[in-house]
Amino acid sequence: MIAQLTLTERQHAIMISAAVAVLGALMILVGQDDAMSIHGVLVFVASAIMIFRIGGSYYAPLPSDDRLAHYYDDPSKVGIVLSMIWVVVGLAVGDWVAWQLVNPDLTFGPGWSSFGRLRPVHTTSVIFGFGGNALIATSFYVLQRTSRARLPDQVSPWFVLYGYNLFCLLAVTGYLMGVTQSKEYAEPEWYNDFWLVVVWVTYFVIYLRTLARRKEPHIYVSNWYYMAFILVVAILHIVNNLAVPISLGHTKSYSAFSGVQDAMTQWWYGHNAVAFFLTAGFLGMMYYFLPMRAGRPIYSYRMSIISFWGITFFYMWAGSHHLHYTALPQWVQTLGMTFSLMLLIPSWASAGNVLLTLNGAWDKVRDDATLRFMMVAGVFYGLTTFEGSFMAIRTVNSLSHYTDWTVGHVHAGALGWVAMITFGSIYASVPWLWKRQQMYSPKLVEAHFWLALAGTVIYVFAMWNSGIVQGLMWRTYTESGTLAYSFVDTLVAMHPYYIARAVGGLLFLIGGCIGAYNIWKTIRISGAAAEQASDVPQPAVVGAGTLQPAE
Amino acid sequence: MSLFGFHYRLERKAIGLTLAIILVASIGGLVEIAPLFTIHQTVEDAPDMRVYTPLELAGRNIYIREGCYACHSQMIRTLRDEVDRYGPYSLAVESKYDHPMLWGSKRTGPDLARIGEKYSDQWHVAHMNNPRDVVPVSVMPAYGWLLTTELRTDDLGLHLKAMRRVGVPYTDDMIANAAVDAYAQSNPDSPLADGVTKRYGKATTLRAFDGQPGRLTEMDAMVAYLQVLGRLTDAATKSTARAEAGQ
Repeated sequence: MIAQLTLTERQHAIMISAAVAVLGALMILVGQDDAMSIHGVLVFVASAIMIFRIGGSYYAPLPSDDRLAHYYDDPSKVGIVLSMIWVVVGLAVGDWVAWQLVNPDLTFGPGWSSFGRLRPVHTTSVIFGFGGNALIATSFYVLQRTSRARLPDQVSPWFVLYGYNLFCLLAVTGYLMGVTQSKEYAEPEWYNDFWLVVVWVTYFVIYLRTLARRKEPHIYVSNWYYMAFILVVAILHIVNNLAVPISLGHTKSYSAFSGVQDAMTQWWYGHNAVAFFLTAGFLGMMYYFLPMRAGRPIYSYRMSIISFWGITFFYMWAGSHHLHYTALPQWVQTLGMTFSLMLLIPSWASAGNVLLTLNGAWDKVRDDATLRFMMVAGVFYGLTTFEGSFMAIRTVNSLSHYTDWTVGHVHAGALGWVAMITFGSIYASVPWLWKRQQMYSPKLVEAHFWLALAGTVIYVFAMWNSGIVQGLMWRTYTESGTLAYSFVDTLVAMHPYYIARAVGGLLFLIGGCIGAYNIWKTIRISGAAAEQASDVPQPAVVGAGTLQPAE
Repeated sequence: MSLFGFHYRLERKAIGLTLAIILVASIGGLVEIAPLFTIHQTVEDAPDMRVYTPLELAGRNIYIREGCYACHSQMIRTLRDEVDRYGPYSLAVESKYDHPMLWGSKRTGPDLARIGEKYSDQWHVAHMNNPRDVVPVSVMPAYGWLLTTELRTDDLGLHLKAMRRVGVPYTDDMIANAAVDAYAQSNPDSPLADGVTKRYGKATTLRAFDGQPGRLTEMDAMVAYLQVLGRLTDAATKSTARAEAGQ
């Protein structure tokens, strides 16, 4: 990787790493008897490793000028590998905490391994570690090809990628030590939030600089989504994380908002983290990789426009449906519900656009597990957005809220939509990036697909059952007008569903491990025979290689 | 048609597209969030509302640190079964001093908005030590080590100061005596105990929450916090009584 950097770029990279190392040293100094100092050590060691790695190859031969004739894909390659590491970790922790709800004593010693601290490790690892790295990796890949322009330089993409992973690492290690703001999906504390802003601004600047150099007059729809993802996440992140630290040497801070205003801000953030992190970015992914893999153009340009602006506008109003029947003023709840229902239009326009794109390529969906991952993702996207709008209706929400139904809904989206489109896109792009004819084992892709689908279906059905059963038990009255069930009664009723959920999660985890193995083997295949010369992806060749014709 | 024609031109301009996204995405938040700060009726008046004592605040921070909010809500909805199960529905004013709020989003365990003084300190200590000792089918993790971990109090003044900066009315007196008050609240026989009552009001509970008087542990803070939940103001009880009288 370093051989690709010019001498000035190597110098810049060392200077940036040194600056970060100084920050780490400062954190150690002012942090003293706080978790801040441990994080300082982490930052310092991470940047020291960077300095040594670059320094070690400082005098390596300089790259020739013909690098500029190719796209710069090294950051995308590393991003995909990091993404697969995070997904295995995140799914493993997720399944662990699922088993803790079956047997609460599956912990080790005090503190760090209890459900409350591990749960954000799971959510951050899968959402930000897995999803975020996949978004960064694919966005660089897609941006260059749809703009027909190379990334503007070779240092800033690395800063974004490694800086972002440092953010994720500080976040999850922080939770284990009890460092958290308690705001769901925005748990990292103030210093880490600052760091993310720096990384994120750099990310968007790369986008603008590459677009400024584009040879394609129009900005492709994938890039609209990636841009909305970066911009809106920045707005949400900055506003929701406004806080006052107790001192510069402490990790702890107090949110600028309290009570009802804080609740509204948090769920405006929370719901739009779903919208712009887990939806917009991945729609960007889908709009590129699915048509490419299927060898078909996007069905409708106008549907793309309608769904893009619909999602960008409507979603931002929907957060208050997380607060039905609470102390939030009713007019805000009603607005949230109304916009959540309207949101179904742009959501289904996207899902429909994707599935209609596959018309004429359904034989490929049958034979190619990679394309099938993307198709199933589209179906789950449609199902989950319908379920979401449905659950945002006040009366439905009175039953579903606070129960496992919400957890099931989230996982239908996270496993069925986000993870499936990501796995599909990664399986498509790994052979393209490493110039291989195909994945090391298409059969293992097939196995991963069925494990992922089975795991998702088991998980979601278990949670639907447990959520609806619990919601109904809570509101059941006896004939004499008293509550029929105690809270403990509902716990007993949940038990079998919690076992089923943990089994579903285990299947999904095994699939993820198989995927990581398969990708690793594909990267390690040696030999020029496997090389594919083109810099631009090719659609799937149906029936090629080791695919078994079953019909 | 002209709309798509406009878009055909817009999607050729990176900056134009950027500004359009920011504009379109900002409207929802501005309309829904900004008025919550300006419309007076959003948060009810509660003249009797008191702030958290340093010990309770420390307990709240342990609650946050351990991620209790992931399984326990602190928000009773305006539904009949919730009011019957947990007590009067929650009012906005009750979390006025909660930076951040802990309304929660999931009830793997029951709501805690009004758990204060429903169970004895001993029950809470036994329950935190091993939940299955008192609730056999509970799936809550055990927190026995809170009972042996000394509570850190040297930085409590900084905590109160930061809370004041975000709008909670802590006085200089409260900030200066934060560490002492934390100790005194869990040692009712100490001569310092009067200071707590003087600064935080007669309704403040002073007890050896963890059952070990001379020792200030994280369990003291945790139980003190749980015992004050729903009891910072009686605005909710009053408003329910008023509604019933009205019928």
